[in-house]
Amino acid sequence: MHTVDLSLDHISKIEGAASLEVRIRDAKVEHVHLKIMEYKRFYTRAIEGKPAVAVPQLLSRICGTCSNAHVMCAVEAAERALGVKPSPKTMRLRHLTMYGLNIRDHALHLYLFAMPDMYGKDSFLDFDEDDEEQHQHLHDAFDIKAAGNYLSTLVAGRSVHATYPTVGGFMKHPDEAGIGEAVKRLKEIRPAVLRMIDTFRKCDFSFDRQTEFMALVPSDHFGFIDGEIVSSDGCRVGEQDFRQHLEHVVLPYSMASAYTHEGKEFMVGALARVNLAKDKLHPQTAESIGPALEAFPSTDIYHNNLAQAIEVLHCLDHAVEILEKEDLSSEPPVKPEMRAGVGIGVVEAPRGTLYHRIETDDKGMVTRGEVIVPTGQNQINMERDIAGLVNGLLPDTDKETIEFEIEKLIRAYDPCMSCASHFLKVNWDEA
Amino acid sequence: MADTKKETGPSGSDGRIRVGWFTFSCCEDNTIVMTEIMNDHWQEWKKIFDFRHARVLRKHNVLDELDIAFVEGAIASDAHRQELEKIRERSKLLVAVGSCAVTGMPSAQRNLFSEEQKKEIEFLVARFAALPEVLKVADVVKVDAEVPGCPMNPETFLKVVNEAVARLKGE
Repeated sequence: MHTVDLSLDHISKIEGAASLEVRIRDAKVEHVHLKIMEYKRFYTRAIEGKPAVAVPQLLSRICGTCSNAHVMCAVEAAERALGVKPSPKTMRLRHLTMYGLNIRDHALHLYLFAMPDMYGKDSFLDFDEDDEEQHQHLHDAFDIKAAGNYLSTLVAGRSVHATYPTVGGFMKHPDEAGIGEAVKRLKEIRPAVLRMIDTFRKCDFSFDRQTEFMALVPSDHFGFIDGEIVSSDGCRVGEQDFRQHLEHVVLPYSMASAYTHEGKEFMVGALARVNLAKDKLHPQTAESIGPALEAFPSTDIYHNNLAQAIEVLHCLDHAVEILEKEDLSSEPPVKPEMRAGVGIGVVEAPRGTLYHRIETDDKGMVTRGEVIVPTGQNQINMERDIAGLVNGLLPDTDKETIEFEIEKLIRAYDPCMSCASHFLKVNWDEA
Repeated sequence: MADTKKETGPSGSDGRIRVGWFTFSCCEDNTIVMTEIMNDHWQEWKKIFDFRHARVLRKHNVLDELDIAFVEGAIASDAHRQELEKIRERSKLLVAVGSCAVTGMPSAQRNLFSEEQKKEIEFLVARFAALPEVLKVADVVKVDAEVPGCPMNPETFLKVVNEAVARLKGE
């Protein structure tokens, strides 16, 4: 295959949808266009004129699967615009909210999206219950997801579009019985999580290309809601200065915005977080998975799957510690001041760094908003990886195999097109 | 309105009910809730449902004869409208799931923008050939059942599923 225009329709087993166009001339890739084709829903316009305190619930609707990360990020942005400092108890509940989200979301990606490729299956539901290993994965997947779902529901009200978090705190706090049940469920799934880590550690998929990594890195323990923005080339900036770190790139063929850092592509997500902060993982997590951690830092994109599996264990171990040891009793939310201001929220969503920025007028109403999502930041890096992958497979690999390998690689990024926008289609341009 | 298929028993040769899960313009919250409901029901669903078309669950999807089509999201383009009509023609029952499918909102929020806001987004609406106004599913095809909510309510979803299964079995 020397000259071809490849068109991949409907990349499956990802969040949302996109199309891909690969142009090949003289057995070399000329360009890769990853087209995020979901119709824009104009959330940053829709929040204009609305009270900043109401914005988190609306911005949550940008994405179902990452919704609780959008809630956390928008709450943080609104609090900073309105001069609210959340209490230590609120911060604990926010950590727990992100832990419930990541357990549920990573398990969905790892089992239902990524694992069928490892077993040559079209769907996770096609796994054979009479095969001991596949039977175990089926049960582990739904047990882990259910425990994450329970934690999210207990702490945040729902695992999708959480109802309890609000500007200044939480509307409702977990009760003793719920806390006890959450600890029980989380402890019960720990062996399953260790099996999941072992499965992805042994996976021999590999695609290695030097690139840069970026993440919000906390100063104390590994987490998803505070810290400095750090990149693998040594840059560090505060959350308020995130714009110094990112350059907006317009890709006319895609409905989403792309970004570079100092003119170069970069990657955000679990691989970036574990590369940059593996020394901050929960001690019990690090102790239990020693050999798996030796893979990091890594530039192999398939280690994003292993990094997600490790994060699930960290979320579980730290959540149990907080639930068992910390005070989570009821307290009223801090009352915001209705004032003019600028607020920036930064969190690590399951797929990478998420930024919300809002400006308010003197009545606390939003005058302007901006949202930068992880998949937009990864878009150029994904395109360069796909070009490298296809160049490595040309000229002797058949089209079907190349398409499968491209989809597999894209799935390793765990992209979220709902956030960025939506849908995958490869268009082969053959001449 | 597109034609609907005649309701008879399940179409699958293995006796399972053929199900499709389709997503249009939305945040896919109902897809996530469906995969969460699956935590408790996957063993039963594996036995009774053949997921013929569900991109979130499989690569090889077939849009042939469906017993139940679940549709989430609002209709934002002519391509969406045509695809939805095709789904309707090939499905015995069509269920709209979630707020965007049932009411259009919040995906249809640009319908309510001020003239000034509409002007600002005009070039993007034109560039990607979006419809002038975003539609709910019932604006385009006949809907047999609705599961409202943002996201859909899991109990209502299970009730609608059970009713649809009973209807298909002629109970």
